[in-house]
Amino acid sequence: MKTDALIDLLATGAGPAQRHPVARRFGVAVAVGAAGGFAILLLAFGINPALRDFTLLPGFWIKMTFAVVLALSGFVASVRLARPGVAVGNAKWLAVAALTALWVLALVVLADADPGARSQLVFGNSWSVCPFRIALLSAPTFAASIWAMRGLAPTNQRLAGAALGFFSGALGASIYGLHCPELAPPFLAIWYVIGILIPTVVGSVIGRPMLRW
Amino acid sequence: MTRVSPSAVTDPTSPANLSDEAFTAREERLRTLMLRAQAGDEAAYRVVLTELSVHLRAYYRRRLTRIAGEAEDLVQETLLAIHNQRHTYDRSRPLTAWCYAIARYKLVDFLRRRGRREALTDSIDDDFSQQLSGDESDATDAHRDMQQLLDALPERQRLSVVYVKIEGRSVAETATLTGMSESAVKVNVHRALKALSAKVRGAK
Repeated sequence: MKTDALIDLLATGAGPAQRHPVARRFGVAVAVGAAGGFAILLLAFGINPALRDFTLLPGFWIKMTFAVVLALSGFVASVRLARPGVAVGNAKWLAVAALTALWVLALVVLADADPGARSQLVFGNSWSVCPFRIALLSAPTFAASIWAMRGLAPTNQRLAGAALGFFSGALGASIYGLHCPELAPPFLAIWYVIGILIPTVVGSVIGRPMLRW
Repeated sequence: MTRVSPSAVTDPTSPANLSDEAFTAREERLRTLMLRAQAGDEAAYRVVLTELSVHLRAYYRRRLTRIAGEAEDLVQETLLAIHNQRHTYDRSRPLTAWCYAIARYKLVDFLRRRGRREALTDSIDDDFSQQLSGDESDATDAHRDMQQLLDALPERQRLSVVYVKIEGRSVAETATLTGMSESAVKVNVHRALKALSAKVRGAK
């Protein structure tokens, strides 16, 4: 077939291109994902009854800020990677800064603590379930983001998959923060981060097969 | 990787390396046309696709010298991709960078599929701009027969493409002829081109 004939075929009756596809699709993904995650939280875990008291504690706000900032950086990275020729950009530094800040804070808290109290600061009462709960709460956002990305054109699919996994995980962590009673920075620095990394790794693995175009 | 200025690239073997000004002027003109095309200007879109196809041809021929016969297939595959993904062009960015990223992705995807990395005769990170010479517009026949691929589409998709895209009928007219709603016709044309793109990939 002649290329001119194909160009003819493509141009004829092409109509206008869809407007704001990235904002539209990721807007849907965030809405569906957050609503789904929140529904699972209410059904499976419930909101922490002490949440009102928590709002008076800086530890709670540090935890929530950390999770939300990571979600924001993952979102920006995903949206950028959805278009051909756009790199991750500065979004990754936002994530690096938030992670570094949390880890430094965790080390300071540990160094400051009684040796006997350190184990409680690291493991809390829920270390063994925390990462999996975060991963579970991230699932709706993950699925919705994959859908959003499939309608766009990521040229680095592994990275795009990892970015949307990271975004989903961090949003899942933000939602889980409304239930989770743990506030110790060392706990968050390990188990929350592992929880966020689960969908990130899954995303990078399924990125190429799922996001090809 | 996706820089726009060709000044950073000095390849003496490259035919007709454009000056900065000429490149910028061309980018600006193509981008303006693309914005009109995005708004629904069919004639502008035709010009954009035709000009991009010339650049793509030079780009692929340069990189696939040992399997040059594949270049035109890739040009067509990339044009399909450009069309199917045209909504992802961000008007605040250079059109050339967007197009180059798609061309590069399709090249890497092709080489990965074929497992023929040794066919790569040049760095794929070269600047797209040096491919803008466009002096090789002859022989635009690809190996594959698009008609056969079209015939293999589901009936509703095939009819929509034939009426709207090949016979140039309006969407409303096609809707009447096929008994589909107008939005169904649009959806079917869109799906057909997506399916065509997938078939083109699978046919390799």
